[in-house]
Amino acid sequence: MSNAVDVEKNFNSKLEKNDFVEPKDWMPENYRKHLIRQISQHAHSEIIGMLPEGNWISRAPSLRSKMVLLAKVQDEGGHGLYLYTAAETLGISRDELLGALHTGKAKYSSIFNYPTLTWADIGAVGWLVDGAAIMNQVMLQRTSYGPYSRAMIRICKEESFHQRQGYEIMCRLSFGTEAQKEMAQDALNRWWFPTMMMFGPPDKDSPNSEQAIKWRIKRETNDELRQKFVDRTVEQAEFLGLTIPDKNLKWNETKKGYDFSEPNWEEFYNVIKGNGPCNKERLEARNKAHSDGAWVREAAMAYAEKKKENILAA
Amino acid sequence: MTTQEALFKYTLRLSDTSLILAQRLSEWTSKGPFLEEDLALTNIALDILGQANSLLEYAAKTEGKGRSSDDLAFFRNEREFYNTLLVEQPNGDYAQTILRQCLIDNFDLLFYQELAKSKDETLAAIAAKSIKEITYHVRHTSSWVDRFGNGTEESHTRIQNALNELWRFTDELFEMNEVDAVLLKEKIAVDLQAIKPLWKKQVDAILEKANLKLPETVFMQTGSRNAKHTEHLGYILAEMQYLPRMHPTAKW
Ligand SMILES: [Fe+2]
Ligand SMILES: [Fe+2]
Ligand SMILES: [Fe+2]
Repeated sequence: MSNAVDVEKNFNSKLEKNDFVEPKDWMPENYRKHLIRQISQHAHSEIIGMLPEGNWISRAPSLRSKMVLLAKVQDEGGHGLYLYTAAETLGISRDELLGALHTGKAKYSSIFNYPTLTWADIGAVGWLVDGAAIMNQVMLQRTSYGPYSRAMIRICKEESFHQRQGYEIMCRLSFGTEAQKEMAQDALNRWWFPTMMMFGPPDKDSPNSEQAIKWRIKRETNDELRQKFVDRTVEQAEFLGLTIPDKNLKWNETKKGYDFSEPNWEEFYNVIKGNGPCNKERLEARNKAHSDGAWVREAAMAYAEKKKENILAA
Repeated sequence: MTTQEALFKYTLRLSDTSLILAQRLSEWTSKGPFLEEDLALTNIALDILGQANSLLEYAAKTEGKGRSSDDLAFFRNEREFYNTLLVEQPNGDYAQTILRQCLIDNFDLLFYQELAKSKDETLAAIAAKSIKEITYHVRHTSSWVDRFGNGTEESHTRIQNALNELWRFTDELFEMNEVDAVLLKEKIAVDLQAIKPLWKKQVDAILEKANLKLPETVFMQTGSRNAKHTEHLGYILAEMQYLPRMHPTAKW
């Protein structure tokens, strides 16, 4: 048996060599805890994210857009599944994780506490929210924990589809009728700042970041990612002929990037605390689905038990 | 009625049944009893929506009046839809959704296996493609009926109630009218009366395994072959169609 110093050395050398840490490997307790928190928050976000988008499946305005949206929401559920499975390799059960979500103890991405009010929101969510998610997730493909990294590789492929599909909706609206254009601009106006918040608070106020980067659980800082996102999205908005709702948005030649306004961080912390426009609805919907499904899960369990007994008796 | 007119109506009957069913099933998406089952039911909804789409495209083409599949889906009224009454019934609890789906899956499997032999090449191709999907659906929903029937007391009660509620819409699945007569002659349509006993046998076996009993006094409902529906359809269409109708010149 190797002693404590050896296993820690081994862990650190994996980080240095860009090797993966696997479930059976020794890892520091804080690393495990941080991962469980991060992966399960991500899983919860996928599941909660199904709600605002699922909100428009029945009203999608064409057969094609209905198929695309239904498939997308299903993808998000699949992402949730991969991620819960990855979290379970760290020694926690899905029931525990869901319990934390349903009681409001666990966090999920605050973006899903905003409502999808019009069809254009489905475009804006795909374009902006999935777009922002990809920036985070691409970085996580190279994260240090093996199961997490592998889940992210599968997820990223699908997320980039989602982003393209969202942008396609925005294109159709932006080059469509006057009413469609207005719908698109209104959606951008409402989703721009909440999306910027997805990268988390400014680096100076983000206490967990430094350690997470050392562990390769995170690879770029919140501010770096936010800057990248703005630089990329501005061009896409210009192509659509839409205006980013920020008067301070301006090209900065020295930094070769845009200057922009910070989102309202007070609002951000409020939404995280549970005071966003849809926090209550999202949690209620999750809890209702879970409790309405209780008898189904019980029936499946009872049936499996009976089958087992029959096999043993036979 | 010309063959073409009959073919148009026949295709609408199939496409509308798939479209309205997919609309109903996708109401469950994100609200399923657990994640794997949420994904599985959404998968079924997606398959069926795909069928609806192919069938509506073919209906539009058959009609030949320049209407698109979207026009047919979003700009027809309650009295122009030919889906069966069974698919427009509310989801109810998960037992009711599963039972409705199980009855339909078993019908669809027999129906599309026959339709795959149709003289109409497009319908035959759509049917052939659907069979693989439906085979999986049948397995999925039939095993849930078994699980509910033999699971807990509560699940047994729920699935029995679902059967009592929905059985009255099953005769209609096999109704034939002039449309069928015209197309049977051309070897395009499926003889529904011929598959009825096969369906009944399959369903009886599933119900027996699940310890379920057919309700005794049931008055069979009818109407959809003449586009006469239950009150539910109007609400489904109102929700599904409102956006294209509000912006009739828009492209989505
Ligand atoms: Fe996502
Ligand atoms: Fe996702
Ligand atoms: Fe996504």
